[in-house]
Amino acid sequence: MNIFKGFVIKEFIHIFRDYRTMVILFGIPLVQLLLFGFVIKSEIKDADIAIYDQAKDNHSKRITNKLLSSGYFRLDKDLDNYDGIHQAFREGKVKLVIIFEQNFSEKLEKTGNANVQILADASEPNTANLLVSYSNAILSSYIKDLNSTSKMPYNIITEIRMEYNPELKSVYMFVPGIMALLLMLISAMMTSISITKEKEMGTMEVLLASPIKPFVITAGKVVPYIFLSIINVLIILSISYYVFDVPIKGSLFLLVSVCILFILTALSLGILISTVTNSQQVAMMISLVALMLPSILLSGFIFPIENMPIVLQYLCQLMPPRWFIEIIRNIMLKGVSFSFIWKETCVLFIMMIVFNLLSIKKFKIRLE
Amino acid sequence: MRIILFLLRKEFLQVFRNKSMLPLIFMVPIIQLIILVNAATFEMKSIRIFIIDNDMSSSSRSLISKISGSPFYKIVNTGFSYKQAMDEMHKGKTDAILNIPPDFEKKLFKENTGKIQLVINAINGTSAGLISAYTNTIINDFNRKIIIDASQNIAVNASLIKSLNINYSFWYNPELNYKTFMVPGVLVLLVTLIGFVLSSMNVVREKEIGTIEQINVTPIKKYQFIIGKLFPIWIIGLFELAFGLAIGKLLFNIPMVGSLPLLFFVASLYLIVVLGMGMFVSTLVETQQQAMLISFFLLMIFILMSGLFTSIESMPDWAQYIVKANPIAYFIKIIRLILLKGAGIMEIKKDIIILVLFGISMMSFAIIRYRKTS
Amino acid sequence: MKETIITVRNLSKKFGDFIANDDLSFDVYKGEIFGFLGANGAGKTTAMRVLCGLSKPTSGDINIAGFDVYSQTELIKTNIGYMSQKFSLYEDLTIDENISFYGGIYKLSNKEIKEKKELLINKLQLNAVRKKLVRELPLGWRQKLAFSVAIFHEPKIVFLDEPTGGVDPITRRQFWDMIYEESDKGLTVFVTTHYMDEAEYCNRVSIMVDGKIAALDTPVNLMQTYNAKNMDEVFLKIVRFS
Repeated sequence: MNIFKGFVIKEFIHIFRDYRTMVILFGIPLVQLLLFGFVIKSEIKDADIAIYDQAKDNHSKRITNKLLSSGYFRLDKDLDNYDGIHQAFREGKVKLVIIFEQNFSEKLEKTGNANVQILADASEPNTANLLVSYSNAILSSYIKDLNSTSKMPYNIITEIRMEYNPELKSVYMFVPGIMALLLMLISAMMTSISITKEKEMGTMEVLLASPIKPFVITAGKVVPYIFLSIINVLIILSISYYVFDVPIKGSLFLLVSVCILFILTALSLGILISTVTNSQQVAMMISLVALMLPSILLSGFIFPIENMPIVLQYLCQLMPPRWFIEIIRNIMLKGVSFSFIWKETCVLFIMMIVFNLLSIKKFKIRLE
Repeated sequence: MRIILFLLRKEFLQVFRNKSMLPLIFMVPIIQLIILVNAATFEMKSIRIFIIDNDMSSSSRSLISKISGSPFYKIVNTGFSYKQAMDEMHKGKTDAILNIPPDFEKKLFKENTGKIQLVINAINGTSAGLISAYTNTIINDFNRKIIIDASQNIAVNASLIKSLNINYSFWYNPELNYKTFMVPGVLVLLVTLIGFVLSSMNVVREKEIGTIEQINVTPIKKYQFIIGKLFPIWIIGLFELAFGLAIGKLLFNIPMVGSLPLLFFVASLYLIVVLGMGMFVSTLVETQQQAMLISFFLLMIFILMSGLFTSIESMPDWAQYIVKANPIAYFIKIIRLILLKGAGIMEIKKDIIILVLFGISMMSFAIIRYRKTS
Repeated sequence: MKETIITVRNLSKKFGDFIANDDLSFDVYKGEIFGFLGANGAGKTTAMRVLCGLSKPTSGDINIAGFDVYSQTELIKTNIGYMSQKFSLYEDLTIDENISFYGGIYKLSNKEIKEKKELLINKLQLNAVRKKLVRELPLGWRQKLAFSVAIFHEPKIVFLDEPTGGVDPITRRQFWDMIYEESDKGLTVFVTTHYMDEAEYCNRVSIMVDGKIAALDTPVNLMQTYNAKNMDEVFLKIVRFS
């Protein structure tokens, strides 16, 4: 036990002496969470649109007003011919063009039916899809209001309730994601690099030649990072609670425990990476190039997993952050108890065990 | 010039000799490209909806059949208990609940207004917005149909029932294929990751091993050293881009409307920016660990603020200024303009000039910062 | 009169408050083997790094092979060779590739590189392993190779920073034979070491204590002055008295 203490102290000294690394290590979650919390929004507001109003009459103007006051759209230019549309799209700023036909109001009043054309720049299909849905909903509600004011019978009123996130804040969605991403990558990177560094410098051989068990050496390297990561978790949770008003509806104790489990899983992954290679460069390539994008894209952080093709949905099940994000959202936003998330927690736990078993196996092979 | 050739040979030998590096540089990014572009969509394929029908009338049934007939919805369960439905949502088994109260049809026809309730899991605000928009459109359609059907009986002038024919068209990408948009973007991210990581580790690695001293006592010039170090990575980056584009064309059939030589010209400028930045990081730090943390920090910001996954327009104004300093955002914009819209050099000249300025300043920083003496 | 190739006057190097080199002055003559002795941390490596142009002196006049250390650093570099304490060859390149690489950056022509490489490999008897990675070579061989590479471009002076650290006595002996051979051809050798027996191989030695030169003379003269049987005793006496 004393040996172990000695090791942990040595590692702490390594980390604290290198003040630059310390600053970066605590600065990263702080800066990134603050930045992304304000910046990353998947909803769209103030999208630039162009309007080609051939009618310029009562209804077309009122619809235009309704569109522009919705907060989703901002008028970039009024067009006066079809040729301008292509030009507007090519310049890249205008995302949507709305065209009212001639005599729009007259047709609507007399025949009850008029034509609107919505053209979207679909080179950004996700944005195009959202914008078309938004404008569609605005148009359809305009017509509905029109019908109900003209004393039409039989109105269906839909009362919509946005559960768990009534103001539709993106932060609610992204805080757990950013947390997962930061903990995952920092933990995996730091352990894999610090172990491969000892290997590269040759100091690992010295340690391995000593009577200390490899397990103790590895654990000694990992323990300081557990502490650092827990501090990071507390920083992240405080910012999300005090700065972004993300609620913590569930138990704080449960939340922190799950975070620790996730940190351990990520650290185990880091250890596994370090058993695969002897070079820091390779360890870094694996933890940055191979892990970063999948952790962002296959975890449900930005893009909902349910929308993905089936094969990819299975692949997502293999990503530790996917489970962590799910658990965190459930605890923080829905306030569920452990009985609701025990399955996800088990998956993380099993992942951690598997990573460690693989590391031990790799390590033994190398000794032979 | 000959000196640079010797440096180049050495760097290439070191890259190609490292057996565990090669798959990471060439295979992993391509596999990621193929897999990840499929993941990046907001398009709702099947909205899971729980329907509570306490009315059991012909109107409620026909509304439900309208929903079940839509390809966007998947009815996970129907029942009579609101509590049961909320429980399902709590467990994450349903995205939305449509609650039709007992006297819906009666009130609709007697009191002229029928109320229904739609509860949406709004943790993901974007999805929630889409679900609400889709469902509203269906309900409004349904409502209009009821009025028209009823109009014969109650003598309402049909022309008083207003409706709009909304005609959509999606330009440049009529099938809303998000992959054509994602392939160039994800490819840019991957090329950037590789270039940045390799260049930021490079010099500091020689520092840690100690071989940099040996180089520093030679009469080699700073710029020769930096060119020798970066040129191989530059080639790797361009090769990776070409390979990725080929995969995109073959597998995802991405359009290539614009000029490829122009694209590669801009790409070569862009890579100079990325490598200059990586090199600058490498000269700032003492250990590979620090290099990695700084790269991680910068790359996360560059990637998440590139406008690829979330739109730049929705960011606050101050953040849009930060985006102006993000080279990835420029290149993603340019590659999209060239490939999908066929933009020529005149349409992107402003962005090219900005990239050139970035490149010059990054390289100068790196050269100034790299010292042969301590 | 012997020809001076390194002139050092009042060299000082400070790191903040710490004085690594305090007012050093000495000359090194052409073709001699100049030993720089001292305990670890006495300031040997710092002084050598200044002379090689790896580190700027805080003050003092230094002239290496006719060039000024402040203004003509790059000219100095073409005229010197350097073998550092840390390992200076690329472990992931082969013997062949390392030699060609260093030959190349010292601007030797391809023909020169090829001819000299053959000679060198034959001399070191590395023919069988020339295509092997340097990391697979035993340490002793690597050090010999590193020395040969450091003088491959035929510099006027070679700086060796603790070249024989961790090497067995037989290899050390062979290593010194190589140094003598080159010295006979007119190469000036500036070597730091903390092995006192190696000091006796040098033409002249300077002994550094706490950043200052405590003594500078031929080994024979030093042993007489301090009334010692060997350099070890000389060193101990100097350290004790200063």
